[in-house]
Amino acid sequence: MPIVTLNTYLLIAGALFVCGVVCMASKRNAIGVLMGVELVLNGANLNFVAFARYTKLALDGQVMSLFVIVLAAAEAAIALAIALNFYNNHLTIDVDRADDLQG
Amino acid sequence: MDATQLGTTLGTLLKLAWLLPLAGFTVEIFGGFWGSRKSKAAAYLAVACIAGAFILSASALLLWGTTTGWSALESHETAHGESHGDAHHDDAHHDDAHPAAVHDEAHPAPAQAAAADKPHYPKSFSGTIYLLAEFQVAERFPALRFAIDYYVDSLTLTMFTMVTFIATCIHLFAIGYMSDELTDHHEDHEVHTSHGHFVRPGRFYRFFAFLSLFCFSMLGLVLAGNVFMVFIFWELVGVCSYFLIGFYVERKSASNAANKAFIMNRVGDFGFLIGLMILLTYFGTFQFASRVEDGVARPGLFDLLRDEHGALKISANGDTVFLNAETAPIDAAGTRETKTIPYYLLLTAGLGIFAGCIGKSAQFPLQTWLPDAMEGPTPVSALVHSATMVAAGVYLAGRFYPMFVPDVLLVIAYVGCITLFLAATIAIVATDIKKVLAYSTISQLGYMMLGIGVGGWSAGLFHLITHAFFKSLMFLASGSVIYGCHHVQEMPLMGGLRKKMPITAYTMLVGVIAIAGLAIPHTPIAFSGFYSKDAIVATAMTYAQLNRTHFLLFLMPLFGAGITAFYMFRLWFYTFAGQPRDHHVYEHAHESPRVMTVPLLVLSLLAAFCAWGGESGFLFKMLSYSEPTGVAEGVVDQFSGLNLPSHHQIHANHTQAGYYALLAAVLGAFTAYLFYGKRAFDPADVKRQLSGLHEFLAQKWWFDELYEVMFRRPAHIVARFCAAFDRVVFDGLLHWLARFAVQIAKWDRTFDEQIVDGFVNRLGQVTYSTGRAFSYLQTGSLRQYVTFIVVGVVGIWLLVQFFSM
Repeated sequence: MPIVTLNTYLLIAGALFVCGVVCMASKRNAIGVLMGVELVLNGANLNFVAFARYTKLALDGQVMSLFVIVLAAAEAAIALAIALNFYNNHLTIDVDRADDLQG
Repeated sequence: MDATQLGTTLGTLLKLAWLLPLAGFTVEIFGGFWGSRKSKAAAYLAVACIAGAFILSASALLLWGTTTGWSALESHETAHGESHGDAHHDDAHHDDAHPAAVHDEAHPAPAQAAAADKPHYPKSFSGTIYLLAEFQVAERFPALRFAIDYYVDSLTLTMFTMVTFIATCIHLFAIGYMSDELTDHHEDHEVHTSHGHFVRPGRFYRFFAFLSLFCFSMLGLVLAGNVFMVFIFWELVGVCSYFLIGFYVERKSASNAANKAFIMNRVGDFGFLIGLMILLTYFGTFQFASRVEDGVARPGLFDLLRDEHGALKISANGDTVFLNAETAPIDAAGTRETKTIPYYLLLTAGLGIFAGCIGKSAQFPLQTWLPDAMEGPTPVSALVHSATMVAAGVYLAGRFYPMFVPDVLLVIAYVGCITLFLAATIAIVATDIKKVLAYSTISQLGYMMLGIGVGGWSAGLFHLITHAFFKSLMFLASGSVIYGCHHVQEMPLMGGLRKKMPITAYTMLVGVIAIAGLAIPHTPIAFSGFYSKDAIVATAMTYAQLNRTHFLLFLMPLFGAGITAFYMFRLWFYTFAGQPRDHHVYEHAHESPRVMTVPLLVLSLLAAFCAWGGESGFLFKMLSYSEPTGVAEGVVDQFSGLNLPSHHQIHANHTQAGYYALLAAVLGAFTAYLFYGKRAFDPADVKRQLSGLHEFLAQKWWFDELYEVMFRRPAHIVARFCAAFDRVVFDGLLHWLARFAVQIAKWDRTFDEQIVDGFVNRLGQVTYSTGRAFSYLQTGSLRQYVTFIVVGVVGIWLLVQFFSM
């Protein structure tokens, strides 16, 4: 049974993070992009928790991750509201169509 | 009434008489401008003002006479007596008749025995009407005062009455003469434009306004109590004559004549100003008479220069004149400082003041303006050129007599002598009726100057008054002729007019006889000109006897008397006698309306009789009462070697001189009758035989041409040179400077536009284009942004890694 070390966590967190970023960059569906964001946040959370377990960071890391979860919830609520509104106006949630603010 | 009260009352009366025409002028000039051009209101107002002034002056004269008990006449009665041969002149008595000039009311002369029971009245009254300014010029003088002063003596009173009376007559006459101006469309037949004759609104009101202003100026000049005020009014008289001579301003000849009169007068006034400056520097006062004001003695010019006997105090070598020590202010140390003036400066001051008189009285060599001044309407000629403006010069010469040293008097005499001969000869050949009168005026003014110059103070001023009457009469009569002949002035076109205009003709004849000086010997029947000319000739004769080298001063006036009679009778015969020469003119000629003939009749009475009684008559005595102290006794001047005759010496020659003058006049008149009345000789023959002389005289001795060559041409050359210099050098410099400035400005503009603006614009452009370029990065695509972030983070990480290695 391989020993689970900090690096293992960091690798998994990094994989999660990269998956999230790729999801954000490739998905045209706004919901998909949101899901990418969640993946990125959770990758970061995993890092906090891992550092809390393996370093002197202790509870501070866990508290930080709790904050991030709360933040992610709030962000998801606002983002979904934006997505709904966008849908109301454009009858789509394709982010490539949301280019009204381009230079 | 004591002396102070009398002086104040006289001053007030004359002040009112003086200011009335000014009030008239103000109302007329404004009222006329806004009022109707057809209204005669301005004329009535002007007449009312001047008539009011006459009443005030006459009442002042009467008041003075009754208050002083006509002392002027009485004292002279005893001094000279009726008979000329009174050899028993009591010298002491003689002095009494001419008491020292007591201007200073605080120091009356010792009471005369005859007048012991009466209050003593000084010869002259003076005071200040309005003090303009006071300056402390120098420590040695009391403060210099610029004030409107009055100086009233019997000469002032006579002049006031004469001027206002004649002016009233002329104003009345002018109502008729100027009546063609009473229209909105006056056609000037002598001005041609491309649309026929020039048409303008009538200027009736303006004429009367200027007449009023003119009277005001002349009266101010006569009333003046200091020589500075004289100068101011002198100039006012000049400017009024300028307005009136140039009344028909659209006529080139009239505006030229006005300019000529004005400029020639300026030449004389230049001398006047020099005289004033010398007086100011050495006397520190302009005032004529001494006065005590607020306890401060203010000695006048006359008392400063002359002592109580009218004599000058000259140093032993003759080059310094001591001013009268009596009048010098006492300084802090309690002594009187005696002031002096170099003799040559006193001479220069006298000549300078007289230069002013030369200009104003049209004496040689400034006589050429007066004939040209006939361009004005005839009433103006009558007023300006007989009684007022030209009289001003003689009046000032008389008023300033105490300031003239014998050399100056000699110059005055010679100037008068030359003038009277020169003008008389020109008058012989003149054919314009007004020009003859103009030259006769110059000639008669020459007589007056001559009279004053040879020591006949009263004689000169006597002639001034009598001349004023008969010359204004003749001018008005000629005006009546011109009016009746519809503005024909050339005598060769007239003739026989006495049947058409009898009143004009016979009043004119009175004037002619008066100026010619005809009389019946040994009877009191004599016209005014006889007495006054006789007085001058007698004085000149005595002067010539005392100073043998100056015999011309006697011969010329005698010869002149003959010429005067000749040309005046020539004028009368030419115009009124014989057969009509131009039937067109003759048939349309008519007698003037009553408003013009009545003044003629009144003036002809005065012209004939104003000098009634001659030297024992009222007028002469009025004048001689004001005679400066010391004139009556004569002067023997050891420096100039000139002797001025005393009254006593003159009287010895009186009868003889009278006969000579009368003989000359009768000869002249008879010759004129032969030539122009009886036509015994044809004047044209004489003219042909003496064509050179005739041409010389007809061209006025070539004076205009001489001045043209002497002054006008050089002035034009200098002016052209100056103009060219101005154009080439000054304008060139200025233009170059201007071009230089423009060039600099151009460079500056280029720098500003290219460099400064260019930099700022370029900066803005770059910023804008950069921003524009960056805006392409803002694609609006969310996925791209994420990619950028990732790439950016990775890029930064790589960089950090690279640099931290």
